[in-house]
Amino acid sequence: MNIDRRQFFKVMAAGSAVAVGASPVQARPCKTLPPDAIGILYDANLCIGCKACEHACKDANDMPISGNGPIDQAHGVQGAWDGDDDLNGRTMNKIKAYVAEGSRTALEDPDASFIKRACMHCIDPDCVSACPVSALTKDTFTGIVSYNPDACIGCRYCQLACPFNIPKFQYDKTFPQIVKCQMCAPRIAEGEIPACCDACPTGASLFGRVEDLRVEGHRRLAMQPGERVEFPLNQLGGKTREAEAKKYLPHLYGETESGGTQYLMVAGVPFEELGMPPVGDESRARLSETLQHTLYKGMVAPGLLLGGLVYAAYQHTKEDREDHPEHETSLTDERDPKPESRDD
Amino acid sequence: MTEAFRPLGGKLLTRHFYFMGVLVLICGYFLVRRFVFGIGDVSHLSDGFPWGLWITYDVVTGTAIACGGYAMALLVYVFNRGQFHPMIRVALLTSVFGYTLAGASIVVDVGRYWQLYNVFLPQYINLNSVMLEVALCVTLYTLVLWIEFSPAILEAMKANRLLRFMRHILFFFIGVGILLPTMHQSSLGSLLLIAGYKVHDLWQTTIIPLLFLITAITMGYGIVVFESLYASVNLGRKLETPMLAKISAIIPWLLGAYLVLRIGDLFLTGNIRAIAEPGFEPWLFLVEIALFVFAIVTLADKYHRTRPTILFWSSLAVVLGGALYRFDAFMIAFDPGPGWHYFPSVGEMSITLGIVAFEIMAYLFFVKKTPIMATEH
Ligand code: SF4
Ligand code: SF4
Ligand code: SF4
Repeated sequence: MNIDRRQFFKVMAAGSAVAVGASPVQARPCKTLPPDAIGILYDANLCIGCKACEHACKDANDMPISGNGPIDQAHGVQGAWDGDDDLNGRTMNKIKAYVAEGSRTALEDPDASFIKRACMHCIDPDCVSACPVSALTKDTFTGIVSYNPDACIGCRYCQLACPFNIPKFQYDKTFPQIVKCQMCAPRIAEGEIPACCDACPTGASLFGRVEDLRVEGHRRLAMQPGERVEFPLNQLGGKTREAEAKKYLPHLYGETESGGTQYLMVAGVPFEELGMPPVGDESRARLSETLQHTLYKGMVAPGLLLGGLVYAAYQHTKEDREDHPEHETSLTDERDPKPESRDD
Repeated sequence: MTEAFRPLGGKLLTRHFYFMGVLVLICGYFLVRRFVFGIGDVSHLSDGFPWGLWITYDVVTGTAIACGGYAMALLVYVFNRGQFHPMIRVALLTSVFGYTLAGASIVVDVGRYWQLYNVFLPQYINLNSVMLEVALCVTLYTLVLWIEFSPAILEAMKANRLLRFMRHILFFFIGVGILLPTMHQSSLGSLLLIAGYKVHDLWQTTIIPLLFLITAITMGYGIVVFESLYASVNLGRKLETPMLAKISAIIPWLLGAYLVLRIGDLFLTGNIRAIAEPGFEPWLFLVEIALFVFAIVTLADKYHRTRPTILFWSSLAVVLGGALYRFDAFMIAFDPGPGWHYFPSVGEMSITLGIVAFEIMAYLFFVKKTPIMATEH
């Protein structure tokens, strides 16, 4: 090949510069928690798995209960119990049970635990960074990550991006939407608290300012198993109840995960075992945006490259711009006189 | 660069053509179902695998295969290798259809297609989103491709005045037409950065944009060589071996650079240890590398490059290797967590096959009816 090596490496270098940009050391700073951000603290040790929160969530968000068809029919009831076993296109909040391997029931297993799954309302949300049309936005005041179906194109990049696998999509609908917890933003706007916290009888779902919830979370991690302690109900600063503290593992989930979340969790069983994914402490949005913005900062690099490319194309198409009348007429005169018939 | 292009002529409605037509009809049936009953009705896509065959093949792999026009433009207009000018129109033709149909398949895949124009509305666009860049670049590039390709159509229509005008402004679109794929082919890789742990360690890396760019260009050359051989055999044209030999000589360089970067990065990040983990992912990785090494070894040899059979197999290896790389990263080695599995459904495969069949039909129509192929000397 007569492209010489120097030229080859020059082009490779230019290509790499465009593709990777400067080194990602000048990463953009992590996003920080809005001072009045609100959130939820879920305490797996207090949760009794009553699913009152699930029911209230469906009610508040006008979501259908999915019954178990055959069982419903057999018993002549309808939608008596929610049949879905995970978050999906009609479920924003799910309580799951964890039972150690080998034990058949929760009663048999002293380490059994519940876990609540819903949007974590990340401080630096990957879904918000990913969405091309800003259908997912983070409120600058409350920090709530909410969804706007009028913007959404249904590309499902948010699903790919979310480290917690939260956004769900209505695959069964002709005109589908993304579904995920929006922390009852409309209720909050009216001075109420999220439906799940409102409904929770034990204080396992607790609403409050994130800063205060972090303090409350750490208070629980420091509790001695067996001691009787006061637990706030529904929201911080309201009613309380007294209960016996169970053993907590020293991990306030959500304090650092994926750059921090506004949904915090404490539990007595390791979070990996409760099915929480291995997200790491860094928000991927940060990496992705840093790379993207170093490349396209002020569109300088692409602009320069474009200038060079257009110049090169101009230089190397000189002949094309000269008019070749013979060439054009040749087309009209002798257009492939007898096209042989070919079969492919 | 004054060579003349001519329509091939010949019968259009051959048995092949009807066969493709049937595939398109089957595709149409599933398309109707998809639009009436929703995506879940025809596909195995799920909340764990929101992207499946449609994105992986039609968009991510399809546009890379459609990089022939881009790769040849680099050669002719940036490296000033005018000798390859006669091959540019055919290459552009496949690019035009590859990209146009990738765009069409996005309408099928996207859930709220009637709002797709939101990506152009300033009040909605999110400049942090890699997806936005891909969407805008791919749309723009498709337009630019049609402009670059328009002389062939104008010649067929004998619209000489317009043709002369186009000749004068085309250089600008050629420039844009090289920039845009450079941007979005790398960004197709960047799409995966945010997916973090869901992408297997052997594929998740910060240099993924560069790896995607290099393989896209290489696949572009691979497909140009492959297609030229295909056209020679199936459309009864003379073999263009000397020219193909020169084009394919670039491939070992590009693939060599790719392998050094890819494997070097795996060692630097320590992710190479994933190669020893159980499971089939390490095997997929090895197959990818093997396909590329095969192409490098065969094409590095001057004598081999002049042999059509070897050219055929090694260009096929380049395209398959690049396609496998994309399938692995987006689909096969993608793991959103326990409990999720994905294998494309019959409906998904039928729709993708139908789109490919339509592409081939359009290709045959254009080479036979419009001046795409250069006259043989
Ligand atoms: S948990 Fe997922 S959906 Fe919720 S804010 Fe974080 S990234 Fe977005
Ligand atoms: S599916 Fe909708 S909300 Fe999710 S990334 Fe795409 S446009 Fe945004
Ligand atoms: S309402 Fe409270 S106790 Fe009942 S399942 Fe929900 S979080 Fe647990």
